[in-house]
Amino acid sequence: MIEPSYIYGLIGGLIIGLAGAVYLLGNGRIMGASGVIGGLVDGSGLNEWRDRLLFIVGLIAAPWLALLVLGIEGETNITSNPWVLIAAGILVGFGARLANGCTSGHGVCGISRLSLRGIAATGFYLLAGGVSVLLFKHILGVI
Amino acid sequence: MRGIISVSSGALFGLGLLISGMVDTSRVQGWLDIFGDWDPTLAFVLGGAILPMAIAWNISERRRAPLAGGSFPARPAQKITTDLAIGSMIFGAGWGLAGLCPGPSFAALSFGGWEGLMFVGSMVGGMLLAVPAKHVRSAMA
Repeated sequence: MIEPSYIYGLIGGLIIGLAGAVYLLGNGRIMGASGVIGGLVDGSGLNEWRDRLLFIVGLIAAPWLALLVLGIEGETNITSNPWVLIAAGILVGFGARLANGCTSGHGVCGISRLSLRGIAATGFYLLAGGVSVLLFKHILGVI
Repeated sequence: MRGIISVSSGALFGLGLLISGMVDTSRVQGWLDIFGDWDPTLAFVLGGAILPMAIAWNISERRRAPLAGGSFPARPAQKITTDLAIGSMIFGAGWGLAGLCPGPSFAALSFGGWEGLMFVGSMVGGMLLAVPAKHVRSAMA
């Protein structure tokens, strides 16, 4: 059964890939969210601060504008448990920087280049993500 | 030129994340929840994203330089390091816990409330903690 969410997923995915294609063929850079953001946060990418900042402006502004034009509310279904938010945020930020990439860099840009590192990283985070949901949702019941 | 490309790419990325439902934490957690009510949407998103990106990599191999000048990124050494494995697993654990990763957390900043802001703030903190950790790791090597 084809759910509407699969169609939206595919269309949204194609646009995400197009974004990466524009960044690569235009600026010669890999579109990795943790890399673009992390380079500003820790100062390691300050030589390209303008590109990074403008990318982030577009990333925040486009969904805001789209929802405004369509007159609909965005929904994140995010938890309101502050401890979960803090722990998850630290793990995501720390892990992505240690691994030099996240879902966009290693996942989208790495797999499409048949990069062994990208494919391996994706395997590791999918595995850990599955275990995390199993542990925190089904065993501990905190999410 | 570089600025226009950056803001356009960021805007497309944000729209794609919104349309695909990746800003919805329940969809991401549904994908990871293989022992519960499994949601395959994320596979369509990743598959859809890989297609144009694979074409772009192919084009980049036949072109001398990017449109805005400079050079294309060199292929990094294809070594699966401990940092890559451990970092990815730590990242994955957090991804499953909240259902958010760096891209969607920023794409959702305008409508994610204090919760989204708290996640992003903590993520920035985690990124800063990775700096000394990387120093320690390289000193060990």
